[in-house]
Amino acid sequence: MDSAIEIRKVEKRYGALLALAGVDLDVAQGEFFGLLGPNGAGKTTLISIIAGLARATSGQVRVMGADVVADYRRARRFLGVVPQELVFDPFFTVRETLRFQAGYFGLRGNDPWIDEVMHNLDLTSKADANMRALSGGMKRRVLVAQALVHKPQVIVLDEPTAGVDVELRQGLWRFIRGLNRNGHTIVLTTHYLEEAEQLCNRIGMLKAGRIVALDSTRNLLENFSGLRLELTLDRDTLPEGVRATVLAADSGHFTLSLRDYAELEELLRQLRAARVTIRELELDPTDLEEVFLRVMERH
Amino acid sequence: MGGFGTLFYKELLRFWKVGFQTVASPVLMALLYLLVFSHALAGRVQVYDGVAYTTFLVPGLVMMSVLQNSFANSSSSLIQSKITGNLIFVLLPPISHVEFFGAYVLASVVRGLTVGSCVLAVTAWFVDLPLAAPLWIVVFALAGSAILGALGLVAAIWADKFDQIAAFQNFIILPLTFLSGVFYSIHSLPPFWQRLSHLNPFFYMIDGFRYGFFGTSDFPPQASLAVIGVSLAALSAAALGLLKSGYKLRG
Repeated sequence: MDSAIEIRKVEKRYGALLALAGVDLDVAQGEFFGLLGPNGAGKTTLISIIAGLARATSGQVRVMGADVVADYRRARRFLGVVPQELVFDPFFTVRETLRFQAGYFGLRGNDPWIDEVMHNLDLTSKADANMRALSGGMKRRVLVAQALVHKPQVIVLDEPTAGVDVELRQGLWRFIRGLNRNGHTIVLTTHYLEEAEQLCNRIGMLKAGRIVALDSTRNLLENFSGLRLELTLDRDTLPEGVRATVLAADSGHFTLSLRDYAELEELLRQLRAARVTIRELELDPTDLEEVFLRVMERH
Repeated sequence: MGGFGTLFYKELLRFWKVGFQTVASPVLMALLYLLVFSHALAGRVQVYDGVAYTTFLVPGLVMMSVLQNSFANSSSSLIQSKITGNLIFVLLPPISHVEFFGAYVLASVVRGLTVGSCVLAVTAWFVDLPLAAPLWIVVFALAGSAILGALGLVAAIWADKFDQIAAFQNFIILPLTFLSGVFYSIHSLPPFWQRLSHLNPFFYMIDGFRYGFFGTSDFPPQASLAVIGVSLAALSAAALGLLKSGYKLRG
C-alpha cells in the first residue's frame, strides 16, 4: 500500500541536543497510527518536521509522495495538523477563524463544509462567538476544525485530548474514526494509552529520538502478553519460596506480573501450601500501558 | 484570492478591529504635536522662505505617523502571533515566503496610509497646504510605509519578546523619526548635525514627502528617492531571506 507519510533517516539537532536520532517510519494510507513516547522523546519535533514547522537537520519526509521541503505546497495541502498547544487568534470569531484557515489554503466558498465541520464538533452555537470567549474544550474543538477545513488526506493530532472532558473526547473520537473510515490517514500522539489501544491499528514508540517499537497494536499486545495480578493477603510479606515478579508491594497488597495462567496456578498452589489467606484477587490482561512501560524499560 | 489574499485581508481586519488604538489614537497624537509645537515654535524657528512653521510641520507629522504606524502594524502583529503561538495557523498552510512578506508589508502600507490620510485630513483644517508635486507625495508615502513595514517584519522575526519590539520602537524608530527633520529644516542645524542628519534614512523619507507639498526640500527629491529605493530593496531582501530560511519561525 502507498505511504501517506514516509520518514527517512530524519535527524534533528538543537545545538548539542539530538532530538531525533535517525528516524525511519512509514505510515500507510488509511491507517490509524499511534505515535507514543514519554515527554521529550521527540514526538512533537517529528510532527513539526512533517508539518514544515521545523526543518530536519538531515533526512527526508514526504506526505502523500510530496517532499515537505522541496514540494511543500503540495505536502501541506495533504496535511491537517491539530497542535498540542491551545493556541487561538483573539481578534476573530470562530467562523472568521475557520474561513481564514480555509482561505490560507486557497479555498473560497466552502462554507457548507465549514458548517458541517462545526456541526460535527458541536461548534455551531459558537460560530459567531469571539475565540477569547470560548472555554478550553471549545478552543480545542476549533483547533480540530481548523485542521480539517481544507479536507486533508492526512490528519495529525498532537495530544488532542489533553485536558479535555470525557464527553468531548468521545465525540471527537467518533468524528475522527468516521474520517478514518472514509479513507483519511490519522496519526495520533497521546498520553492516554487506553485511547491509543482502542483507536490505533499500528503503534510506533519513540524514546530519546529513536523508534524503539513499531508494530500493529495487536502484535504488540500479544508479544508482551501476560497477566497482572492484584493480590491482597493476610500478611505484609510474601511467604518464602513464592516465585513471582513483584511490581509493587504495600502493606499486604501486592501487584505481580505473571507470564501466563500456568504461572498463576503455581502461585496459588504455593500460597495454599504456605497457608496464606487471600482476601482479594484481581486479574488483568496486559494493556498497552504495560507494553509501553516494558518497552521503555528495555531501551 | 489564494493564501496571500486571505493573509492580507486578515491583517487588515486585525488592525481595523482595534481601530481606536491603531488609527484614532495616532491621529490624536499627531494633532497634539501640531498644537503644542506650533504654539511653542511658530515664529521662532526658521524653515523654508515664505512657508509658515505650522504649514511646514504638517507634512512632517503626516509622514511621521505613516512611518511609525507602518512599523507598528507588521511588528506588533507578527510578534503577537509568535508569542501567543497562533502563527502556526499561517505556517501550516502552503503560503510562500514571498506571499507572507507581501501580505504583511502591504497591510502595513495600508495602515500607514490610513493613519497618514486621517492626520492630513484633520490637520489640513489648521493650515493652507500647497500641493506642488502630488505624485512625489504618493511615491514617498508608499515607499516609506513599505520600508517601515519590512523593517517591522525583520524586527518581529528577530525579537523573542514584546520588550524587544518596544525597545526597537522607542530606541531606534522614535529617535530617528524625531531627528529626521519632522519639526525643523536641517539647514537650521550646525554643519556637524546637518552631516549627521544625512546618515539618518528617515530624513530622506520626510524630506522627499515634504517636497511633494512645497516643491522645495533640503535634499534633491530624486536623490532621496534613490536612497530610500536602495533601503527598501535591502530591507526587503533581508526580510525575504529571513522568511525563506525560517529563521526563528520554523525551528
